[in-house]
Amino acid sequence: MSIWEYANPVKFIRTTDRLLPWLWGVAIACLGAGLIWGFFFTPDDFRQGSTVKIIYLHVPAALMAINAWLMMLVASLIWIVRRHHVSALAARAAAPVGAVMTVIALATGAIWGQPMWGTWWAWDPRLTSFLILFLFYLGYMALWEAIENDDTAADLTSILCLVGSVFALLSRYAVLFWNQGLHQGASLSMDAEENVADVFWYPLLVCIAGFVALFVALVFLRTQTEIRARRTRALRLRERMA
Amino acid sequence: MPDLGSYAVYVIGAYAVSLGLIGALVWASVARARKVRAQLEEVERRPRHG
Repeated sequence: MSIWEYANPVKFIRTTDRLLPWLWGVAIACLGAGLIWGFFFTPDDFRQGSTVKIIYLHVPAALMAINAWLMMLVASLIWIVRRHHVSALAARAAAPVGAVMTVIALATGAIWGQPMWGTWWAWDPRLTSFLILFLFYLGYMALWEAIENDDTAADLTSILCLVGSVFALLSRYAVLFWNQGLHQGASLSMDAEENVADVFWYPLLVCIAGFVALFVALVFLRTQTEIRARRTRALRLRERMA
Repeated sequence: MPDLGSYAVYVIGAYAVSLGLIGALVWASVARARKVRAQLEEVERRPRHG
């Protein structure tokens, strides 16, 4: 049994078909429980007031925005090295999900920033690198749409993904090595001094689990769709050539 | 409903935008999955020549 068996489109669809109902269930349960817990049953923060409740959306969305790109990077590298179509299509499938997560992170950050920082936006290192990451998502999706040949599109988007990874990592670590800007340090830390209080931490963990399950479910579903769309294009082309 | 004080519009706005975007993403993904699956089934049903 090898992981490369899942590079077979039929095997991939059959396996993910079995997993999808469980993933949707976990996503709905965790998102529902985490958001209801966080919104209704956690106290206000002594400095942020009720805006602390935005953390249950902002932090998981930002995490997924970065990790979606890193997942696309791994899938692109697999495509470049091993030429497995499923990996290239999985990267393509993940891009819109990552882009929406980036928009949620940017929007909730701006909505939180207005009452807390007194501004919707600042050209802070982390915010700016996140905006650039969003533009990379748009460019990546546009490049897939612009090129008719699937293999050429996969090659070029893989290279773009490698370049964009710099900004994905930069948006994660910008707060650590640039001691300027408005954005505070990481909310999730193994250091008890820096981490958020337990009363916020546990519902946040449940929300993160929900976002991860939702991401995986969406990527599986969308990858299945890309596999089927590719086969449809191939069959139509064969018909035209016949 | 918890008392969100003077920040209510920001908190509710953040939840509305986020849940709206997630809902739209899920809807669009499921709708396209159904459409593409139907297109493939239609192409595969056609008689093949050659």
